[in-house]
Amino acid sequence: MSDVHLIRITVNGEPCEVAVEARRTLSDVLRHDLGYTGTHVGCEHGICGACTVLVDGAPTRACLMFGVQADDCEVETVEGLADGDELSPLQAAFSEHHGLQCGFCTPGFLMLATALLRENLDPSDEEIRDAMASNLCRCTGYQGILEAVRAAADAR
Amino acid sequence: MSADGRWVGRSIPAVEHRRHLTGDGAFVDDLQRPHLRHLAFVRSPHPAARIAAVDAEAARAVPGVEAVLVAGDLGDVAPLIPALARDDFVPVEMPLLARDRVRHAGEPVAMVVATSPHAAEDGAERVRVDYEEEPAVASLEAAIAGDAPCVHDDAPGNLLLDVQFADDDVGPDFDRAAAVVEATIRTGRVTAAPMEGRACLAEWDRREDRALLYTSTQVPHIVRTAVAGILELPERRLRVIAPDVGGGFGQKCVIAREEALTLIAARAVGRPVKWVEDRQENLTAGYQGHDQRYEVRAAFDADGRILALDADILCDVGAYSNHPFTCGVEPLMAATEMFAAYRGGRYRARARAVATHKPPMAPYRGVSRPQIVVVLERLLQKAARALDLDPVEIRRRNLIPDDGFPHETPTGLAIDRGSYRESLDRCAAMLGYADFAERRRAARESGRLLGIGFSCFAERTGYGSQAFSQRKMTMTPGYETAWVRMDPGAGVTVAIGTSGHGQQHRTTLAQIAADALGVEPGRIEVVQGDTDATPYGWGTFASRSTVVGGGSTKRAATALGERLKRIGAHMLEAAPEDLELRNGAVVVRGSPDHAVALEDIARLAHLEVHKLPGDIEPGLDAQASFDPPGTFSNATHGAIVEIDPETGRVSVERYAVVEDCGVMINPAIVEGQVRGGVAQGIAAALYEEVLHAEDGQPQSTSFMDYLVPTAAEIPRIEIDHLETPSEFSETGAKGMGEGGTMGAPGCIATAVADAVAHLGIEIDTLPITPERLQRALRSARAPEGEAV
Repeated sequence: MSDVHLIRITVNGEPCEVAVEARRTLSDVLRHDLGYTGTHVGCEHGICGACTVLVDGAPTRACLMFGVQADDCEVETVEGLADGDELSPLQAAFSEHHGLQCGFCTPGFLMLATALLRENLDPSDEEIRDAMASNLCRCTGYQGILEAVRAAADAR
Repeated sequence: MSADGRWVGRSIPAVEHRRHLTGDGAFVDDLQRPHLRHLAFVRSPHPAARIAAVDAEAARAVPGVEAVLVAGDLGDVAPLIPALARDDFVPVEMPLLARDRVRHAGEPVAMVVATSPHAAEDGAERVRVDYEEEPAVASLEAAIAGDAPCVHDDAPGNLLLDVQFADDDVGPDFDRAAAVVEATIRTGRVTAAPMEGRACLAEWDRREDRALLYTSTQVPHIVRTAVAGILELPERRLRVIAPDVGGGFGQKCVIAREEALTLIAARAVGRPVKWVEDRQENLTAGYQGHDQRYEVRAAFDADGRILALDADILCDVGAYSNHPFTCGVEPLMAATEMFAAYRGGRYRARARAVATHKPPMAPYRGVSRPQIVVVLERLLQKAARALDLDPVEIRRRNLIPDDGFPHETPTGLAIDRGSYRESLDRCAAMLGYADFAERRRAARESGRLLGIGFSCFAERTGYGSQAFSQRKMTMTPGYETAWVRMDPGAGVTVAIGTSGHGQQHRTTLAQIAADALGVEPGRIEVVQGDTDATPYGWGTFASRSTVVGGGSTKRAATALGERLKRIGAHMLEAAPEDLELRNGAVVVRGSPDHAVALEDIARLAHLEVHKLPGDIEPGLDAQASFDPPGTFSNATHGAIVEIDPETGRVSVERYAVVEDCGVMINPAIVEGQVRGGVAQGIAAALYEEVLHAEDGQPQSTSFMDYLVPTAAEIPRIEIDHLETPSEFSETGAKGMGEGGTMGAPGCIATAVADAVAHLGIEIDTLPITPERLQRALRSARAPEGEAV
């Protein structure tokens, strides 16, 4: 219990100071220390991508990164996507295109797609499919997710 | 709203979406409590062993560990003994924690409660269990061998169920057949792998002397009845809540030992306790299914019609029976529903549930129907070849004809009206079947392997207590009850015992109630997943919720509507039969200006009841139940696949579904269910397999071994709809939650078989992994007698 580190991390623009055990992952820190429970944990071994957040803008498996590694980093989570009560165009497109069912994987896909759409102003269908193939969804068969990202890209 | 003022039939966005898009969903692990404790299980590393001793001393010394419980600490807590009232069924006991023997790797042996999940896992690692290993049986073949060790002493031969069906003398049909085809079909063990594993949070409310169990379940009321029974609690003292649930697909429609154990742990330490399954536990200790083998022989006449079928069905059901459906669910489903879409002929089947030292089976999306579909489609494909018939034509000849309703199957099931032949014709047209033979020939000439396949099936859904009682279940699910209430502000609450977990029932049930009450769905709140807030009901499984939950919702909302009309009649000084519910008001039919708003009625009925006629009681609520006989959806799936001749990799070039689930309440939600189901069916056909070594050790322990497909593997799925309303459902809707998974394996298997038919390769084992297919391709290419 002595192995505790004080880290400073900015989550969705809000600076936070947290004392974390070295073995706690970034997903532990976000979910359980800071209360950002929108980031879900589906496998804890980096395959499913439900825990995808953006760390300094890059999509990152929060289950594969220790909290202490996020010291001095800017982290973006699903809670930061909407503007107040107004959904982001990507969030709205997920609803419009039924890109979610149970919703457990949804935050990870939203963060993945947010990064894709920032990096690539005009992604092809294949680029969208390729990027979204980083994460697992068990409910939708992916089509609604791909259509939602396509629509969000086209709407800009 | 649509032009006719109805909400049913519209793809409105789901009310459930927003919380998940903003991160406001609340799954079990998102719930926090002051002084929360965490639970970790010590699980057996051995598939079969005797427990000689358990030493928890070192675990108790781990900082943060507050309790370590083993079987002996549970006192008189009852084990689960799932049962069917049948002589051919052998009930076996599933202990909550293993006491003397372990019967599968992953079986819980002890549990550790600590102040953090990390400390609980540290503690679990330090519990020392001395096992005396025993020989394990880890396959169907090993389990039914004459000298096989018994998984349970009271189940000799490892048979938990052995049923014979429709024991006709099928011999003469085989003697007069124009063709007899045989096959041994194997489908691999798969697991639901919901993105959220199982999870529980339990707390004892000392003030009210009640227990509260949050659990990631499809069946909160069944959990309450079962867990209250295990703990000998009056049911009223246990409240079960299914918060947001991250998928289930059947794995969560049965009782998990861990649900009762989390509550026991919370009682033991006097603090709320949370258990969140990790992925390795989910893959190695969670319920699995579809591990089946069919030895079948079918007789066909010269026109390709099935004269008779003889089937020997084996289901590897793992070490225990699930509660409440039991391990009979797979063999009974396989044997009774073999013929539904295809008319069949004389039919004999033996179906056995076989115990092995593997995790227990639970219903997984489709339950034996994916296997039946593979079996029948492959037999028809082989028969077409033997009789030189077109494979689509032989299917059409065996399907229920358009004028063949009502149809009774060889096992006595009543099939309601559907569109069996039309769905096949449309699907074949969608994929360009007429020109495909030429495409396939041209591809072969250039060294490519291209194939087309189809599957045609009926999906039995929305069946009530009668159907479950025919399985001889000791508790018979099936009916559903809805409470529909209007508050003084004219807002509506529907409370229902079904428990959606991704199916957007809060949206579809609101659409149904909206039409019955003439209001917008936004005015309607659907409450589910809380045993304190909903009428007793059976939850969400077996594609029942829209038919049964929707039917009871419609009945109760209609009853409430009648009540509103009676009060409206009084206020309007009109006859109730002249009134209709429309646009949030009770309106005189044909005279839209003569109306009273529901707000005015609701206010009167609650806040000014002295103005009500004497024969009308205060308040606005209604209750109704629905217990239907069941209805059959139907569909045809078609796929074009290409095989890489070197690697054996199968790519799905096109995938088409023509489905008929009667009246669609929300077409977008229907399509989501179809596509998600197809993805799971393609997964079972090509990618996913829970493997155990010969000694029973699990080999699929992570998502690196258990290959859930991604967006790169699942193709675009083209869907066309037919709508034949069901006469057996209140809304005309038929269930459709499992059809995607039922159709895909047979469709993919016949497509792959078509692509390699000229090489003499038969596709009878699923999943069709690159390794299996490459081996077959090499064998086919090798000169006669050469080993490969």
